[in-house]
Amino acid sequence: MPDLLIELFSEEIPARMQRRAADDLKKLVTDGLVEAGLTYAGAAALSTPRRLTLAVEGLLATSPDTREERKGPKVGAPDKAIEGFLRGAGVSRDQLEERDTPKGPVYFALIEKKGRPAADIVAEVLEGAIRNFPWPKSMRWGTGSLRWVRPLHSILCILSDEAGANVVPLEVDGIIAGDTTEGHRFMSPGRIAVINFADYEAKLKAAKVILSPDERADHIWAEAQNAAFAQGLQIVEDKGLLAEVAGLVEWPVVLMGDIADEFIPLPPEVLQTSMREHQKFFSVRNPKSGLIEKFVTVANRDTADHGATILAGNQKVLSARLADAKFFWENDLRVAEAGGAPWLESLSNVTFHNKLGTQGERIERITQLASAIAPSIGADADLTAKAARWAKADLSSEMVYEFPELQGLMGKYYAAPAGYPVEVANAAVEHYSPLGPTDDVPSAPVSVAVALADKLDTLTGFWAIDEKPTGSKDPFALRRAALGVIRLVLDNYLRIALDQLFDSQLLRHEIELNENGTVRKALLQDLDNEIAQHGVFGAAIRTVLDHFDGDLSKRLEEVKKSLPDTSQDLLGFFHDRLKVYLRDKGVRHDVIDACLAMPGNDDLTLLVKRAEALTAFLATNDGENLLQGVKRSSNILAQSEENDGVEYSYGADVKFAEADEEKALFAALDTAEAAIKPAMEAEDFAAAMHAMADLRAPIDAFFDAVQINTDSQVVRRNRLNLLSRIRMICAGVADLSRIEG
Amino acid sequence: MGKAMANSDTRPKSFQEIILRLQNYWAEQGCAILQPYDMEVGAGTFHPATTLRSLGSQPWAAAYVQPSRRPTDGRYGENPNRLQHYYQYQVLIKPSPPDLQDMYLGSLEAIGIDMDLHDIRFVEDDWESPTLGAWGLGWEVWCDGMEVSQFTYFQQVGGYDCHPVSGELTYGLERLAMYILGVDHVMDMPFNDPGAPIPLTYGDVFKQTEEEYARWNFDVANTDVLLKQFEEAEVECKTILDQAYIDPKTGKRIVMVHPAYDQCIKASHLFNLLDARGVISVTERQAYIGRVRNLAKLCADAFVQTRAGGWTDEDAA
Repeated sequence: MPDLLIELFSEEIPARMQRRAADDLKKLVTDGLVEAGLTYAGAAALSTPRRLTLAVEGLLATSPDTREERKGPKVGAPDKAIEGFLRGAGVSRDQLEERDTPKGPVYFALIEKKGRPAADIVAEVLEGAIRNFPWPKSMRWGTGSLRWVRPLHSILCILSDEAGANVVPLEVDGIIAGDTTEGHRFMSPGRIAVINFADYEAKLKAAKVILSPDERADHIWAEAQNAAFAQGLQIVEDKGLLAEVAGLVEWPVVLMGDIADEFIPLPPEVLQTSMREHQKFFSVRNPKSGLIEKFVTVANRDTADHGATILAGNQKVLSARLADAKFFWENDLRVAEAGGAPWLESLSNVTFHNKLGTQGERIERITQLASAIAPSIGADADLTAKAARWAKADLSSEMVYEFPELQGLMGKYYAAPAGYPVEVANAAVEHYSPLGPTDDVPSAPVSVAVALADKLDTLTGFWAIDEKPTGSKDPFALRRAALGVIRLVLDNYLRIALDQLFDSQLLRHEIELNENGTVRKALLQDLDNEIAQHGVFGAAIRTVLDHFDGDLSKRLEEVKKSLPDTSQDLLGFFHDRLKVYLRDKGVRHDVIDACLAMPGNDDLTLLVKRAEALTAFLATNDGENLLQGVKRSSNILAQSEENDGVEYSYGADVKFAEADEEKALFAALDTAEAAIKPAMEAEDFAAAMHAMADLRAPIDAFFDAVQINTDSQVVRRNRLNLLSRIRMICAGVADLSRIEG
Repeated sequence: MGKAMANSDTRPKSFQEIILRLQNYWAEQGCAILQPYDMEVGAGTFHPATTLRSLGSQPWAAAYVQPSRRPTDGRYGENPNRLQHYYQYQVLIKPSPPDLQDMYLGSLEAIGIDMDLHDIRFVEDDWESPTLGAWGLGWEVWCDGMEVSQFTYFQQVGGYDCHPVSGELTYGLERLAMYILGVDHVMDMPFNDPGAPIPLTYGDVFKQTEEEYARWNFDVANTDVLLKQFEEAEVECKTILDQAYIDPKTGKRIVMVHPAYDQCIKASHLFNLLDARGVISVTERQAYIGRVRNLAKLCADAFVQTRAGGWTDEDAA
């Protein structure tokens, strides 16, 4: 069985595309081979900056013969029909066979296909793969029309077995496949002939090319660690950079160089970012001081001077880069030390979103909301307002302009020089968190208040202008923002009514959207007061708008009508995100629904507490059985209420109880109620549910011994009212009717 | 060792020697050595020898120095690496030859970079010019971690697919020369031979002009006048292209692409000046770029109607 070796040799392939391209080559070729009947034992794809390589082992030498029988028209069918069938089946008339079928004699064609040699199939499949290669971006060159990621120079394509290697005959746009490749561009020029994969890999290595990207990455990492370790230092791990650098070299040579003393005091993140983004250097840290003191660069060659010239050049470029960073740092510090006012001023000229105003306006809204949140979560209101105003100041700094990924972090560094305490500094970096489902959640109250306000302002803003996420489209990362709020609330056990926060922030947005500036300020003032008093949006806005009797713009009338719905819709969005979040934590969706149906469902901490208690309760034997009992009584009650046209909610009286089991249930309900009420007031759902579980036996016994329907209407009504008591007691804990099973 | 020493002897001594060596090298490779275009442009690409000649089917090979202006980069001659007026060396060959990378590496050797001691890398960098409606794929070329050139295969210019494809090389001459000459501040770089009777540095030639232009670009240029000139250039460009191809006076078919393209270049530079004066808001920016692109597109449309752009008498029939 022959082995197949393919190499597509081109000018330098972008590092970020190499791995994917090698995998695509493997998939396209092996899929094509298998489809043509050529199975194989194994395949491996490899890449360097200048080549994609595919090695396929144990390929069939020829594809198997195939026989196919095809049923045609009836004997005596019109000639046209028969000719059509012959064309389709690729046979001649004398090759047709007549066979009797229940419907009479019918023509059958026997299509036999001889297997084809592997070389023919490989040539066809590879040409197809090259011409239809899924590069993210491709180009033409010279006078040709072939597209490749960069000019394609040669194709190596051989089938080899014990007898030797054969070039697969193939030509693509003037490039004729052969059995040769090239080594390292500078260290080993000239073409190399190869006979199989092992020979190819070995000869490439001799020609200063390490074929496997993993091997190159491992080599770089090991060498870099050795170099650092020898001097008591450590490499800052960066997997993305390692993969990229491994895609920029065929013969990696690790060189460690110095960072000039004047740059070492720069924040380590600045050094790291500048070195990674501009120079693709690894940072080398002194574990004792935590400072970045050296760098590691990876060259693509050995030199007679052991890299001295290369290192000197890199060091020089780095100094120029870091001189820029230092320049930004010093300029920024000067602004910060003077209080940072110019930064905040310039943010008033930066558009956040064309409908949602400037960054300056956004900061103002966030500050108001954060200040409102602060007292309820134990944050100092004054500090919180300061932190909210400062949190985005660094967006105007020169450093963040140069390195956007340092936003927040620079705000933290610049806070102290600007005269802010550590809480404000931390909030600058932490208010962006959590960014993902596994990101750390801040716990410092000031940071939490600003983080919540930032995310809620974004969410309510995009809700106000009706730019909600749809399907896979979420350009403003609103799902992430909502999940961030959920995690901030839950991880910090915060007790806040989201509804009110939505309402007040939505109104701030709506009023800004309304261009009537004179109404605006007065409205905001009144609104804040009213929301603080009433808490409920509808009531608040009505009260506020009443102040403007007869003088309301049309727009404000619309605001009045639309707002409560927007707020409700946003809460629904939160509940959806919460369901996803809790489902990942193993909480059943029906349990969540049962808890969402309860009042106070904008208090996420309460909601989750309830859901967790219910989950634990349902896992017990009592819980499962009680659920059945409660459902049974609810069903009977609902049916009777429907038939009788009344609601049985009038207190049942023990004096009409007949059976012992009935009396026992009265007693049990009294006991349960006495325990559940204080437990619920203390939000001790576990205790409440435990008390509820004690009802299981009396309810089961009641249903076993007592018939609800009796001749005495008084007794029947009393029993239905008793069932109603069960429903009421249990409904205080969760809406159990939503639990499945 | 002998080689390294021989090499140090042949190292260029001045900025101008590097330019002369590049001129000689590309002349040897068969390029026509053109002179800079006599108008203010932001980059060598704007020279009609690149923009217009990359269009159409006619073969082309040219190399030239192009003074380039980026008003926003002015630093009064104080920044070691930034200038509002600088030089680019530009090579354009159509169709791109299969060994263009090797030709390029040869040019680095010609200006004194020893391939055995340095680390040359081709790092992905796609090129796009929103004002020219052009894009291409290629690399920035790194020498020991420093970007020394841009290498681009043009795919589209003025909205037209390039057929055949041109290969374009752009060298940032000051930065490249500073590296080769081992100079840290551009103003300290020897312009002519330091052993000449009257040695001149880059600063001797350009420090004063950098100051003058920085002040004018940032604070003095009359924005009302600039805005008016922008409008006028735009109108003139369109008016020129609106003329009938047959000249009524001579009866010849004369499509006036280059005069129109001059107006497009003018508009582009005026936009850069307005930008440096800080009078263009973020939203307006896109609109201005769109207007210049539109002019470039109209010029491209007209160029393919000329002989240089591949038009033949058969097209007329």
